[in-house]
Amino acid sequence: MTEQTENPLRDAIAEAIAENQVILFMKGTPERPMCGFSARTAATLEAHKAPFAAVDILPDPRIREELSGISNWPTIPQLFVAGELVGGADIIAEMAESGELATVLGVDAPEAGVSETVDVVEAPPLTIDGPPADTTSD
Amino acid sequence: MAEDATPDEIAERIVAAIPNSKVTESHGDGHHFRVTVVSDAFEGVSRIDRHRLINEVFAGELGGRIHALSISCLTPEESK
Repeated sequence: MTEQTENPLRDAIAEAIAENQVILFMKGTPERPMCGFSARTAATLEAHKAPFAAVDILPDPRIREELSGISNWPTIPQLFVAGELVGGADIIAEMAESGELATVLGVDAPEAGVSETVDVVEAPPLTIDGPPADTTSD
Repeated sequence: MAEDATPDEIAERIVAAIPNSKVTESHGDGHHFRVTVVSDAFEGVSRIDRHRLINEVFAGELGGRIHALSISCLTPEESK
């Protein structure tokens, strides 16, 4: 279904955004964030108990380049809901505080101070190297 | 090597670029900065697009010379 272009990495990112209702591009993982901004945003999502996919952009600098090209947003983290960029760390923090984030995520606003972990959907790793024909290799 | 950015430089460049704006808060350590910008240019503009207006001022420098810039964009009404 996916149209093949000259840029398989960009296609893989766009596909990940399209296929995951809530997807966070971050530095590191929710369990092991590698940047304070990514850590806070992941923790905010976990506090909302909304399942989300998480993609670590650190393994290859091209992931971030292509992501920013798609989103017109220069920094990490980036949260997408239903295929749309919702915000980076500042906006997500503001929206969490105002209650807007819960609305966007379609969940109840978390009670203050309560923080439970939720299942983080394991996002498939982005294929970075090799021709498109190699993407199915195990 | 580019010189470290300063909170004053960040504030001045925002004020120069965004119509009718004032920067009510600007601090940072040379790499991480935080600004609050008040302007009527943000009237009717989404959060994302407000931030994009600021990001464009520092295009190519965010994540590099300016490692991180935390931004609050408020209309004059919202800042009251």
